Amino acid sequence: MMRILFRVLGLLKKYWRWLFLTYLCLLLLTAATMFVPQFIGMAVDNGLHVNSTTLVVTGDMKLLVYYGLAIIGLSLLRGLFSFGQSYFAEYAGQKVAYDLRNVLYDRIQRLSFAFHDKAQTGQLMSRATQDVEGVRFFLSMVVVRLINLVITVIVIAVILLRMNWQLTLISFACIPFIAYIAVRFGAVMLPLWTKIQQRMASMSTALQENLTGIRVVKAFSRQKLETKKFDEETQLLYDPQIRTARIQAFRGPLFNVLTAIASALVLWYGGMLVINGKLTAGQLTQFYIYLSYLIPPVRLLGPHINMTSRAIASGKRIFEITDTESAVKEKPNALVLSNVKGDIKFSGVNFNYEVANPKKPTSNILQDISLEAKSGEMVALLGATGSGKTTLVNLIPRFYDVTSGSITIDGIDIRDVTLASLRRQIGIVQQDAFMFTGTIRDNISYGAVNASDDEIIASSKTARLHDFIMTLPQKYDTWVGERGVTLSGGQKQRLAIARTLLIDPRILILDDSTSSVDTETEFLIQQALRELMKGRTTFVIAQRLQTVKDAQQIFVLDKGKIVEQGTHVELLKDSKIYREIYELQLKAQEEALGSEVNR
Amino acid sequence: MFGGGMSGPGMASGGLLGRPPGGAGSGGLMHSGDLNDDIVFGKVYDQKVVGRFASYLKKYKGSTIIASISMIISTLTTLFMPLLFTDAINIVQTGDISKLDPIVKYFIRLFSVQGTSHIITAIFIIFVVDGLIGWGSQYIQQYTMANIGYGVILNLRRQMFDHLQQLSLSFYDRNEVGRIMSRIQNDVGSLENLLSNGILLVFADLITLVGIVIIILSMNIKLALITMTVIPLLAAVMIVWQKYSKTAFLKVRTAISIVNANLQENISGARAIQSLSREDVNFHRFDNMNEANFDANVAATRMAGGLQPIVELLMGAAVAIVIIYGGSQAIAGKLLVGDLVGFVLYTQRFFDPIRDLSVWYTELQRAMAGGQRIFEVLDAKVEVKDAPDAKQMPPIKGEISYNNVSFQYIEGREVLHDINLHINPGETIAFVGTTGAGKSTMVALVDRFYEVSKGSVTIDGYDIREVTQESLRKQIGVVLQEPFLFSDTIRENIIYGREYATDEKVIESAKAVGAHDFIMRLEKGYDTVLQERGSNLSQGQRQLISFARAVLSDPRILILDEATANIDTQTEVIIQQALKKLLQGRTSLVIAHRLSTIHDANLVVVMENGKIAEKGNHKELIEKKGIYYHLYTMSYAYSDEKSAPSDKNQAT
Repeated sequence: MMRILFRVLGLLKKYWRWLFLTYLCLLLLTAATMFVPQFIGMAVDNGLHVNSTTLVVTGDMKLLVYYGLAIIGLSLLRGLFSFGQSYFAEYAGQKVAYDLRNVLYDRIQRLSFAFHDKAQTGQLMSRATQDVEGVRFFLSMVVVRLINLVITVIVIAVILLRMNWQLTLISFACIPFIAYIAVRFGAVMLPLWTKIQQRMASMSTALQENLTGIRVVKAFSRQKLETKKFDEETQLLYDPQIRTARIQAFRGPLFNVLTAIASALVLWYGGMLVINGKLTAGQLTQFYIYLSYLIPPVRLLGPHINMTSRAIASGKRIFEITDTESAVKEKPNALVLSNVKGDIKFSGVNFNYEVANPKKPTSNILQDISLEAKSGEMVALLGATGSGKTTLVNLIPRFYDVTSGSITIDGIDIRDVTLASLRRQIGIVQQDAFMFTGTIRDNISYGAVNASDDEIIASSKTARLHDFIMTLPQKYDTWVGERGVTLSGGQKQRLAIARTLLIDPRILILDDSTSSVDTETEFLIQQALRELMKGRTTFVIAQRLQTVKDAQQIFVLDKGKIVEQGTHVELLKDSKIYREIYELQLKAQEEALGSEVNR
Repeated sequence: MFGGGMSGPGMASGGLLGRPPGGAGSGGLMHSGDLNDDIVFGKVYDQKVVGRFASYLKKYKGSTIIASISMIISTLTTLFMPLLFTDAINIVQTGDISKLDPIVKYFIRLFSVQGTSHIITAIFIIFVVDGLIGWGSQYIQQYTMANIGYGVILNLRRQMFDHLQQLSLSFYDRNEVGRIMSRIQNDVGSLENLLSNGILLVFADLITLVGIVIIILSMNIKLALITMTVIPLLAAVMIVWQKYSKTAFLKVRTAISIVNANLQENISGARAIQSLSREDVNFHRFDNMNEANFDANVAATRMAGGLQPIVELLMGAAVAIVIIYGGSQAIAGKLLVGDLVGFVLYTQRFFDPIRDLSVWYTELQRAMAGGQRIFEVLDAKVEVKDAPDAKQMPPIKGEISYNNVSFQYIEGREVLHDINLHINPGETIAFVGTTGAGKSTMVALVDRFYEVSKGSVTIDGYDIREVTQESLRKQIGVVLQEPFLFSDTIRENIIYGREYATDEKVIESAKAVGAHDFIMRLEKGYDTVLQERGSNLSQGQRQLISFARAVLSDPRILILDEATANIDTQTEVIIQQALKKLLQGRTSLVIAHRLSTIHDANLVVVMENGKIAEKGNHKELIEKKGIYYHLYTMSYAYSDEKSAPSDKNQAT
């Protein structure tokens, strides 16, 4: 716990200049503040003389005016320093928040697929938003104020000790209690905050799932159960929340009552001293005012300790992400892969998602895969769901790293080159392409930011998307994604093709299936795909007869192993498994083509 | 390859229950900002919103009264302290009991305390008791307020969720999930601080202000009035400041919502980003947004902090006035020195509540805006409601009849016109037609996801509006093109519709659709926990699980949006077989893509522009050489490269 606290504080190290300015202002502020009671006290004592027998007050108006002006001057200084102090502290805190967001953003986008397979959007978001905010608040508000409190206490103690040490000791008798309660308080709050943050994220995940799946919820009349589930989630969040509030309700005012008792003691003992003539009324007033300066920061002690606990809990959650090493790492001396021909070779590749589990060697997703694709060849992968086709192609751009064996491109091990240079050579067309918020143009040029308009139009023409874009009111500037038009599956797929054409990769990975589209659209997609594959080494997860027939090599996968390989003609002749697949599925396509309509 | 078929509208969003053409129409949640509606400030006091919140407090009437009383007590105890100190100074200087304030005087007289030092002790005791009462009352106040505040928030969240479950699909057609989420999370969250603590503190501040004014007025009217001359100045400064700070805070909220939207996209699009090697460009862009957010925040801090020197200066001026003018009064014998000290103490305290209030001012504005948006969700009309005298629908045979049905998603834009169709129990009906023809709408009406605007839909002769939605939907199974799975175990996902299903039943259903084998191959079998949206399964596997789900619920009527070729060949075969199982003996409405389904259907219904253009079986329709024949042959006749006409209707 302390380790995390120090690590959170360490985030400020880079901004020590701002921190220095903050504390400079803080010290000056404290100094200016400390003079105010001095003047008020002097005004009472020197400006006004009370004759103790006649009780007649005499005084020096000049002095009073002088003290008054001094107080105005000090107040102005106080104002300026307190501005400086809060400004510089906020600046440093905001800088840290800025750093954390950047680090999180970059870390998340660079973590390998293995991380994203398990991560939940809601969980990551809550860390990048609420937790960062928790840390920032702590650094820019709480740290300064807590230190301010300590400084104020010390300075006031010194001043008061010089005025009257007995009175000071009596009034400071409460300090140890306050410190003890504060520390205990923090320890109690920490686990509660950890819980609150976890449950907040969990509620958010539940909510998101329900709302996205609302059609299914309704179709199965599950509303009541879903409501019950959500009620439980909210209850789980409510419990620690109300507990923190209740604990704070008890402990927070405790600080206040302790300062009140200190004031009362000053009043009592100080009053006695004044009666005995050992202290003047002005001094007592000063004393009282000094003590009252401790009231606001002490009153905030409760909430601040609460926030400290929260910041520790938040810091832990943030560091969890920033400390995660990507499973796929670049070598320190990685080469830049360039001028690729496109020869790809898998040699004895084994793969397992759970790398850390050597006890289960049998659960390998891919086993002893060896294959070779020559530059410009088309390789078709066939096999049942879960046979490892997708995993196999995901290894080429190093979305995952092989567990053993190796993959080479033009004879270079892909682990020896930089990720960016490797992936720039590879284009991937997925069935359900992700649309980013932005214009159609932005989305097409997503992987090639500097593409010219002509290039963008050319590639969308090749992808058979141009005509459709021209029917849109704002053409290429039409907004897509969350707040824009919704593209159909077929349109998204063609956009992904245009996107890939623009990158002009040497190696291509694609899924030749088309998502639910009508026949004409499907035809357009097939044409676009064929255009795309020209002259590139292509790995296809094949669903279509035509693809299989066109392929130079076919690999049939079963349970992570290559069970057959060859061309369509060869396999049809020699392989029982292939024939089975052909008979069951592919042939139906042929029949449909052949018998129903004459082409 | 007719298999590509003709598909429904809104394929991107999972087909079957498609969106209305034209996207967001009337009735969407307020779009008040370009990026995020979070960023709008409300009024400080919105009668309607406050009234609604007050109604939530009714349940906590007792607690609210207790909290309010405690708040008043604790405020008074705090106010009392400087007065006690004034008394102490006055008594040590004058020894005159008559100079004490009435409360202390009362106690001194009651216990007939004599002598200055005893009186000091008495004041001390009163001070301590005052502090303890303050503690107790603050504890009670904060405790009860926390109960009320978090209780109301819990209620609000639950109520919103419950209401969202009732809202018909047209609401979801019009509003993005992200927007709805932000209402339950952020808007409700923005009330947390105010409800659990703030409201009473605002009142406490006001009471403190009034209390101080009364006390100093009663001490010395003239001095009090002169001291208070700084207040109009302060008020003027505050008003000007509010105007500027509002803009600054607005900028902050806009900036952070841009940052967050970008983060969200970064997380959900991480795979695509890596595939396209966009990390560096993205990081650079994010950095800019992040920096803009930083700048906005620093500017707002400068704005908020700028008030401080001015307030301090005015406060110093007030104290100076007290000392100079009060001092002269004291010299003239018109003011006790103790009262002068009291004046100084109260003047200093006067500014704390003013500063607090300026903070709450912003908070209140936010809360009012948040409240408005919350009630907007709660007030969204439930379009499909059970009739008050709705009956349970008894077990049905599955005869469906559309009688002169017309339907519109948006006023004045009818998508189905006067449809008449009769379906016998056990028949399989294939709906075909181009995008936007109305196929999806047809089937969505049977489940009563939307209300017909004219005519009626009856099942076994029951008008579906006269039975409860639950009894209706329990007898209808739906399989979506894009199956939606929840992050729960496979077993729970299959059970989804039927809470009391036994394990045997679950396995039986999985076997029936051929899902059992792959499930058993998973490490934990049926107890395998699916990730968000079932992303640890392949598309085909997800589809099979949704089939098993439908089989388990054993509905009399099945609605199916056939998925097309997005499944590998072997799974495809399994799915074909599963489909046959699924359709057997049920009335099935299929938005058909597969040739085999269309072939096997008892009736093919061809939709065009919201009307039934043709119907009959496959053979009859081919022979007729009408629209169906055209659609059918077109699948193979495409050799030129003209753009698909269906595209043009899609993205409006």
